[in-house]
Amino acid sequence: MKQLTRRGILRSGAGAIAFAAPLLSVRIARAKNSGPGVTDKEIKLGNTGPYSGPASSYSAVPKAHSAYFKMINDQGGINGRMVNCISYDDAYTPPKTVEMVRKLVEEDGVLATSATLGTPCNSAIWHYMNQKKVPQLFVATGATKWDDPKGHPWTIGWQPNYQSEGRIYATYILKEKADGKIGVLYQNDDFGKDYLKGVKDGLGDKASMVIVEASYETTDPTVDSQVVDMKAKGVDVFVNCAIPKFAAQAIRKAAEIGWKPLHILSSIGNSVGATLKPAGFENAKDIVSDFYLKDASDPKWKDDAGYKTWAAFMDKYLPDGDKTDAGHVAGYCLAAATAQVLKQCGNDLTRENVMKQAGSLHDFSVPMLLPGITANTSATDFAPLKQVQMAKFDGQRWNLFGELIRGAIG
Amino acid sequence: MELLLQQVMAGLANGAIYACMALAVVMIYQAIDHLNFAQGEMAMFSTFIAWQMIAWGLPYWVAFALTVLVSFVAGVLIDRVLFRPVQNAPILSQIVAFIALFSILNSSAGQIWDFTIKNFPTPFGHKPLFGGTLIDTHEAGMIGVTLALLGLLYLFFRGTRLGLAMRAAAANPESARLVGIRVGWMTALGWGMAAAIGAVAGMLIAPVVFLEPNMMIGVLLYGFAGAVLGGLTSPAGAVIGGFLVGIIENLAGTFIPYVGRELKLTLALILIVVVLMFRPSGIFGRRVVSRV
Amino acid sequence: MTTVPKDAVAGAVPVPVQGSLRVRPTVRHLVVAATIVIAALIPLVAQSFVLFQLTEVMIYGLAILGLNLLTGFNGQFSLGHSAFYGLGAYTAAILIHNYEVSYLWTLPAAGGVCFVVGFLFGLPALRLQNLYLALATFALATAMPQILKFHALEAWTGGVQGLVVDQPDAPDFLPLNTDQWLYYVTLVVVIIMFAAAANLIRSRTGRAMMAIRDNPIAAAAMGINASLYKTLTFGVSALYTGVAGALSALAVAYVAPDSFNIFLSISLLVGLVIGGVGSIPGCLFGGLFVLYVPNIANSLSTGLAGAIYGIILLIVIYVMPAGAAGFTRFALARMQGLRRP
Repeated sequence: MKQLTRRGILRSGAGAIAFAAPLLSVRIARAKNSGPGVTDKEIKLGNTGPYSGPASSYSAVPKAHSAYFKMINDQGGINGRMVNCISYDDAYTPPKTVEMVRKLVEEDGVLATSATLGTPCNSAIWHYMNQKKVPQLFVATGATKWDDPKGHPWTIGWQPNYQSEGRIYATYILKEKADGKIGVLYQNDDFGKDYLKGVKDGLGDKASMVIVEASYETTDPTVDSQVVDMKAKGVDVFVNCAIPKFAAQAIRKAAEIGWKPLHILSSIGNSVGATLKPAGFENAKDIVSDFYLKDASDPKWKDDAGYKTWAAFMDKYLPDGDKTDAGHVAGYCLAAATAQVLKQCGNDLTRENVMKQAGSLHDFSVPMLLPGITANTSATDFAPLKQVQMAKFDGQRWNLFGELIRGAIG
Repeated sequence: MELLLQQVMAGLANGAIYACMALAVVMIYQAIDHLNFAQGEMAMFSTFIAWQMIAWGLPYWVAFALTVLVSFVAGVLIDRVLFRPVQNAPILSQIVAFIALFSILNSSAGQIWDFTIKNFPTPFGHKPLFGGTLIDTHEAGMIGVTLALLGLLYLFFRGTRLGLAMRAAAANPESARLVGIRVGWMTALGWGMAAAIGAVAGMLIAPVVFLEPNMMIGVLLYGFAGAVLGGLTSPAGAVIGGFLVGIIENLAGTFIPYVGRELKLTLALILIVVVLMFRPSGIFGRRVVSRV
Repeated sequence: MTTVPKDAVAGAVPVPVQGSLRVRPTVRHLVVAATIVIAALIPLVAQSFVLFQLTEVMIYGLAILGLNLLTGFNGQFSLGHSAFYGLGAYTAAILIHNYEVSYLWTLPAAGGVCFVVGFLFGLPALRLQNLYLALATFALATAMPQILKFHALEAWTGGVQGLVVDQPDAPDFLPLNTDQWLYYVTLVVVIIMFAAAANLIRSRTGRAMMAIRDNPIAAAAMGINASLYKTLTFGVSALYTGVAGALSALAVAYVAPDSFNIFLSISLLVGLVIGGVGSIPGCLFGGLFVLYVPNIANSLSTGLAGAIYGIILLIVIYVMPAGAAGFTRFALARMQGLRRP
């Protein structure tokens, strides 16, 4: 039987205080410094993505994003809190995105969204998120409009935007083939038109160099007719801004009809495994493209430490995932950025601080970004990634050349 | 002139894809009297099965034959198992069942095989035909196989008793039953044949468009358009319709100024609707006159 | 090969047995009144987000009613209603965004535009039957997103970037927030339009429509001007779906071209069948299905959401081949101890 000695009481009293103090302080901290969806054990995040419907090929992005947070949780969470990432399907239809994001904010009570995918989908919730003052972190689209800290302070982009990539292609063309006749293959939607605009803006008053603007729809079976058209009209600079399936078709068809233009491929369709291999390596020789992520299917990164980290992540958390699908790399990087923001918040997990930290990334690097490329943001700069590097395909792998190019904002 | 010729040839090559699909569409229409929305997805799924077999090491022709067989059986099973409960339901309800099948196949394929495009081999190779650049060996092979299939189907329906029984069962189930034809099994046979033709179509189309779960959505649209243009009662018409759709679409995209490039598909479809105004049962379809 | 192309829709609507299954008018009126009262009280207890979902349910129900008038009551198969929905939505969005028209005026404007387009489309459609008509309407559904993205119209439509729509505030004397206000506006519009549709069906025009569906030759022999009724029905059907589209532009507060594609048409068709072809109250059930079942499928599995949706669809169709309305009719008949001949 324990004796009720003074020492005992003092000791147990001290023990009680020692025990209670952290509880008390945490409770106080929680009341002051946490937004919705935050407890001392958990942070709730949310996003939407096209798990079904015709855009379902992009589902790799949210899948990798969610898997990343599983990994984070297995490693102990962020500052002791587990991250609960809720992801809903919106089938790439804006009305569904609005419904699901409202559910995330109003019913599930998330702290922020991260890596919501698709330009029209993010456009649909843009006003809502800013009105409700909910952070819309690192949207998974390359439209130019997300870099608007004054007008939409709660939304922040991530990847280099399509228009600035288009301008970079234009600059390259003016340097390499200033008398060229340009044909642009683009998807008839927001990202395609953004690329086209970037190219034409980058050419400035030489925009008339573009003699063929060939669009396609995702429901088109092939783009062979567009390629044939370009060759017949004498195009000798081919800007190929298509997604992997159509980019590969275009590469193969060009080779079949014996057409060898200066071939510029956009970063959307330049994966070795997803585009060039089906198209045929010998057909893809001398193609030029721009990169900001490491191509997971390019054998040159086989022994790279960053690649190995990512590959181990895939093996453990997405074993059925196709490593040649660039969406898995994109999702991984987006999640890493959000995780960094949450880490930087420490115990001050209010929505305001989340946005403040999102606007305070300094030289933040992720294993799968190209060496030298880091994410940087400030209160007036909501475009984390701005740099790309050009590369040329030699028939087996991409060889990076030149310096890192900083994209001018569109 | 050369551009015109090239676009016509490109249109024929694309049209071969649509013609293949149109044949499968008409086949199922002949058997069950309405359009199977899931036809394209069934073809896509069959092609994935073939791809998987080849990835496991089976030679091309073995995988081809096995896939056609498996697809035939699957078609029969889908009819007997999946559509049996709704066979007496209103036609719109049956259409919803097709939509459900579409959804199931598309989603499962994406889950099992992922969305990255895959190369599918072709026995014809991809070399340019006759040395020129207008059409390549695979596309020529595709046209050849489609025509051969058409010929076989014609012989089957016109020349065999089984073919006759199927036509009777589709045309007038009541009377067919009275003469001893097992109408249920005729329908199932029709499904099986349509699935098999679809599988062949898929395996011919995949080398051109690359294999991925969403590859058939656009193709089914155009195949349907081609079948309707040619006339749903005529397989030959459907094949010709498929080729026409390919050519029209290519020419519209290239030669109609200003609107052509962005509204290519719209223009092609409008053209088809205009044709239907003058030939409401399709170019080669037969007008049915029924007694009141 | 001369197969008789069977009429795609004539067999679709179970012909109601005269008299025996009719629910007494007073009971029916009570049910309708009770539903309206409950619907009016929901905003007092429900969260904003749930109200948004219910508003969308009503909107889909209205769109499905439009399709029902054409397909269920008049026998013309349509895969093109996403085009009318989109046209209505864009009419409202353009009027609000570019011309600052008050939101209430956009509803009749959207209805009017869609009526005209629907009527004009109905003219060539007269010559087409079943699958041929399906293709023509399908062409319409595919054309709409392409037209909306067309660069020459970008100044009005916003092109691929779409248009943001400012949501209306409730009038100052009512203590309602935007979601509640939009819910009530939608509820009132839906009640009015459903009542009008019910009236239409019960009138001579409605009987003419249904006669054309069931037996076009006999109807013509009785002196019904089939061409006029069919094109008018097309117009009215487009009007209904167009108003639904306009309401959705207000509720979602954003329009984009690729939202209004063939998959939307297919969803409306599914909602029509599940609710019950030829049943007006069934449309609301169809709306519920179209909104909530994809969410249910998604919550069971994100990777296989489409497959689960398909399986649920199959099960529902097996159990209720004539839709929820057909099932209700069947259940009521059983309860009343009556049997169909």
